[in-house]
Amino acid sequence: MHMADALLSPTVGVGFLAASGGVLAYSAKRIKDEADDSKIPLMGVLGAFVFAAQMINFTIPGTGSSGHIGGGMLLAMLLGPYAAFVTMASVLIVQALIFADGGILALGTNTWNLGFYPCIVGWWLYRIVVGRNPTYARLSVAAMLGILIALEMGALSVAIQTVFSGKSELPLGKFSILMLGIHLPIALVEGFVTLGVVNFAYRIRPQVVEASLGIGQAFGQSKRSYRPLVGAALAATLLVGGVVAWFASARPDGLEWSIRKIIGSEGIPEASDTLSGRLSRIQEQKALLPDYELPATRLGTKGSAVRERDPTEAPPWPHVSPGKSLSGILGSLIVLACVGFTALVLVRLRGKGTQASRGGRPE
Amino acid sequence: MSFVDASRLDRHAYLDSVIHRFDPRAKVLATLVFIVTVVSYDKYTLDPLLPFLAFPVVLAVLGFVPLGLIARRFALAFPFIVLIGVFNPLLDRSVMYEIGGVSVSGGWVSFTSIFLRGLLCVTAGIVLIATTSVPRIAEALGALRFPRALVVQLLLLYRYLFVLMAEAGRMRRARALRAGTSKASMRDAVSMLTTLLLRTVDRSEAIWRAMLVRGFEGELRSPGRLRWRFSDTVFLALISAVCVTLRMHPITDWIGKWVLNR
Repeated sequence: MHMADALLSPTVGVGFLAASGGVLAYSAKRIKDEADDSKIPLMGVLGAFVFAAQMINFTIPGTGSSGHIGGGMLLAMLLGPYAAFVTMASVLIVQALIFADGGILALGTNTWNLGFYPCIVGWWLYRIVVGRNPTYARLSVAAMLGILIALEMGALSVAIQTVFSGKSELPLGKFSILMLGIHLPIALVEGFVTLGVVNFAYRIRPQVVEASLGIGQAFGQSKRSYRPLVGAALAATLLVGGVVAWFASARPDGLEWSIRKIIGSEGIPEASDTLSGRLSRIQEQKALLPDYELPATRLGTKGSAVRERDPTEAPPWPHVSPGKSLSGILGSLIVLACVGFTALVLVRLRGKGTQASRGGRPE
Repeated sequence: MSFVDASRLDRHAYLDSVIHRFDPRAKVLATLVFIVTVVSYDKYTLDPLLPFLAFPVVLAVLGFVPLGLIARRFALAFPFIVLIGVFNPLLDRSVMYEIGGVSVSGGWVSFTSIFLRGLLCVTAGIVLIATTSVPRIAEALGALRFPRALVVQLLLLYRYLFVLMAEAGRMRRARALRAGTSKASMRDAVSMLTTLLLRTVDRSEAIWRAMLVRGFEGELRSPGRLRWRFSDTVFLALISAVCVTLRMHPITDWIGKWVLNR
């Protein structure tokens, strides 16, 4: 499931951009160290293959709906973890740009959820189960296990990112269970199709599957150390932990809000030291009329209806000065009208002549 | 995922306009500034988000991006936003506004806000890609110090993207013609995917040999160097300045008050 920009807070979005960027830089370095140039065209076409594979829809048994594979785990099984991660990052960039799946700020979270978990974590599990002597049974169990864990981790991760961004009202616990539940059948279906493809490919062309395991002739030597991989996973875990902790301190309202939602308790002080809190305070200071008030400043105390009000507290909902909302809405409408008018003028001015003056897409 | 829409959007990237001519780095950074600003608003924000529509609208008009295409792309991103956002009106029922006796709950306000954010972010992304092609964006990422492996990977992926998608489309049609139904079973999908995969691997070997013959040394030569001009600085500075100003000051409120007081 692709995360959307609209559900992210800047902290979560930028934090995961940094985390995914770190894994990307490390993966790029590993690929460079491997110095296997023949892998470069393979990565390129396999990236394009993911898009082609997603066009092949199939009916999901028992339901009427149809689905397609995600492809991250399949890439990892064919390319190995680091090349697969870079490939998946490029796939997600093109998906966000040309296919409107996900978003640009959400690229960090999506690369993490759909790239890191299947390519690094899933591949690791796959490698452990398959071992040195792949059999059909081992390949099947490994593919299924890798996909199951990777997809569920991704689903959980979407829930955590959404709740910590604080745009959705969904409570973390219930949302996580919902996401895990929805993704279980999806993971099983993707698992079955992927293990079918891997077994089929292994029967016809074993070297394609063996290459990333370091046992075929494609790599020759099989003395790959796992220490860097374990280190990377550990570093990634710490990084995520760090991001979450940093986020929790930088933006406590999201966390407090989710805690309040889950345990139903009150009395957590209003978070005024958050980014949006600070920005809205600047907004208040700069406002022409001092009584200008963002609804946000009241929201810290919003809670369940049963809670008892402290008399010294700010007045309860609804407390919105009608003048504010009216002027805000009026101003917005005026701005929109101006934008529309400008657009019309621009359409007139730009003419039609320059369109398609440069050639089409290079073939 | 619609193949036709994607290739239409892609073809727009090769038109020529004022917006197309800006440096891709300036456009990538400006898009990021825009999205971060939009997303940084509190979840109950409504009217301060509206002026931001000016950016994608003006840029789309100047860059010849058809609005119909934007609307269809947004329709694709729409279900996920609604799926998550629709819980807000159910869970958050505290009354936030009273408009003419009708009370509007905080949940509906935040849902509409999510919707508006989605509209703004998706539109900004479409304008970016429709005025900047994938290879130019890849070059921009390279110039912004992203790993070279990613840049080469993006360039190669893009080169074979439409080729392989067309191949998958042909396979799908061939199967449908023989089977008499467009619905494929999982078993069909497995054999089609395996065939496609092995063909793809074969293709990569052929490409590899062809690249070696032409003197490939792990680096793809890009046709045009990026040139940062003064107009790019102005473009990026202008967009950032307007974003920050709108974020810091309640402009729409001022305009509304000014009109009301007259």
